[in-house]
Amino acid sequence: MATDVTQTAASLADHLPVLQVLVPFIAAPLTVLIGSRRLAWPIAFAASAAATAIAFALLMQVIGGGVISYHLGGWAPPIGIEYRVDATNAFVLLLVSGISTVVLIYARVSVAAEVPRRQHTLFYTAYLLCLTGLLGVAVTGDAFNVFVFLEISSLSTYVLIAQGAYRDKRALTAAFDYLIMGTIGATFFVIGIGLLYMATGTLNMADIAERIAEQGSNRTVQSAFAFIVVGVGLKVAIYPLHLWLPNAYTFAPSAISAFLAATATKVAVYVLMRFIFTVYQPGFPFAVNTLIVIIIPFAVLAMFAASFIAVFQTDFKRMLAYSSVAQIGYILLGIGLLSETGLTAGIAHLFNHAITKATLFMGVGAFVLRAGGSFYDRIEGLGRTMPWTSAAVVIGGLSLIGVPGTAGFISKWLLVQAALEKGWWPVAMLIVASSLLAVVYVWRVVEALYLKTPGTAAAAAARDVPLGMLLPLWGMALATIYFGFDTNLTLGASRTAAQALLAGGFGAH
Amino acid sequence: MFQEFTWEFIVGHMNYWLFIVLMMTGLYVVVARGNLVKKLVGLNIFQVSVFMLYISVGKVTGGTAPIFPTDMKIDPDVIYSNPLPHVLILTAIVVGIATTSLALALIVRIREAYDTIEEAGILEIESAICREENRIHGEAMGGRG
Repeated sequence: MATDVTQTAASLADHLPVLQVLVPFIAAPLTVLIGSRRLAWPIAFAASAAATAIAFALLMQVIGGGVISYHLGGWAPPIGIEYRVDATNAFVLLLVSGISTVVLIYARVSVAAEVPRRQHTLFYTAYLLCLTGLLGVAVTGDAFNVFVFLEISSLSTYVLIAQGAYRDKRALTAAFDYLIMGTIGATFFVIGIGLLYMATGTLNMADIAERIAEQGSNRTVQSAFAFIVVGVGLKVAIYPLHLWLPNAYTFAPSAISAFLAATATKVAVYVLMRFIFTVYQPGFPFAVNTLIVIIIPFAVLAMFAASFIAVFQTDFKRMLAYSSVAQIGYILLGIGLLSETGLTAGIAHLFNHAITKATLFMGVGAFVLRAGGSFYDRIEGLGRTMPWTSAAVVIGGLSLIGVPGTAGFISKWLLVQAALEKGWWPVAMLIVASSLLAVVYVWRVVEALYLKTPGTAAAAAARDVPLGMLLPLWGMALATIYFGFDTNLTLGASRTAAQALLAGGFGAH
Repeated sequence: MFQEFTWEFIVGHMNYWLFIVLMMTGLYVVVARGNLVKKLVGLNIFQVSVFMLYISVGKVTGGTAPIFPTDMKIDPDVIYSNPLPHVLILTAIVVGIATTSLALALIVRIREAYDTIEEAGILEIESAICREENRIHGEAMGGRG
């Protein structure tokens, strides 16, 4: 195996991979045990901030291409559970914990307005559990562990979405639908893992990869791949499997929409990449065919169909949900191109889209707080009465289109380059054409905000949201601009991650 | 390719055939039933089928329960079943129970809010809300919505 793998855990710094998960995991029951409504938020925030610091430390250790292998409980893999951190998942860890921390700052005011006080303690408990699950999925190197963490995050997600019921009862059915589809997805995933275990006799991802490489392709391994792609595809919301997403995002509390749109689907994309490139080697013929014949056409279809539906929405928040489905199409397209540039574009877009969508969903939450809703007629004229909030939303919108100077441009540009590199110029044209649809749906928001007069008394009397919401909103908006100019972190990490993934194995060659 | 479907193959893989039957039954119930509780029952059947798959994988021909004698004098001739799939499925059962209880809690809340747990009734109420929303917000925007 690799020579640069850290084996012994002597100091606290060596325990970082497990602390990444444990900090929010222990903080979650702590909020319930302490039972103080006033302390729930500070505990959640401290845990999330600590997780961000840990993720940053981990990324700095592996950004050069190294790998950290952590043996849970001192049991050596493949028998023991292994946490394995390379550039790819360190990047995802930082994204998830960073977004979580920013959204938590925002949530303090937003959740207070949207969820009854008596639920606050349990709300932050569920939030921390969701964070634990997402971080766990990203950090673990054990296939069954992925399933367990996926379910921890999913179950808490259903609870968090249902919290939107205090504003609109449809949040309950949205949560129930997501529960049914999410559970089917997770069960498909676990069937796939079972088949892999039948074929290889191990659950450690790196170990499975080695044994599949040894025995080559057979029917068990192929059907395992099919089950895993469909199962995780439900969580990713690959185009025809996206039906849970619009309602879930529309009716969830604003802070939760921002958190989920930026992290949950991205972590699922990470799992998909991990299985396609690490567990199955990049050259595995069945996986390559799946990508080219199934994933790419559906990704392109998502870019158009979902953008097209987004154009005709009357609700800003629902429009963003459909736009998310379309943007996932770009990420999957980048992965499907199976080239270094394509994969770099996919991973970079994963990050850039996360901060863009976090900005926009936080903006929606601000409009909901002041204007009482996010329908276009409710937000008319808010550009004048809520100038700071609206400006941040416009920045997010520009990044969604991919205007130069914003984060969205960098990854879309790279994606076009990747398509041209392969000589697939029609695909490159389609990327540009679908961006034009984004111009249309973003313009409808800009038009409502700036070119209309306030339609309701609430909109006329609206003023900018409290600093507790405005600061994280602007933090994210500035991040979208910052990462549109300084691409060292995003593209550097994405490229290292792409190279490691395309090399196959778990970064251990 | 049908040569491999001998009588021994079919009978010898009885567990797996039943797994497929249970899995498809469960999935069908989830899709075909309109009652939310029945959907949940279907989901449970679907999940349980996977438990059966895993436990079948753990079976070793002639194997006994994987428990070492207390004096730890292990007879090398004794074959043990593979305990790992059982452990995995214990975890999956816990996950299944959590999912079921959460779903039931949601159904209770849905019943309170909608006064029905039939999918058709819920859809009717929701599309009425949607029509009303579209009317209000559409008119306000000059009928464009």
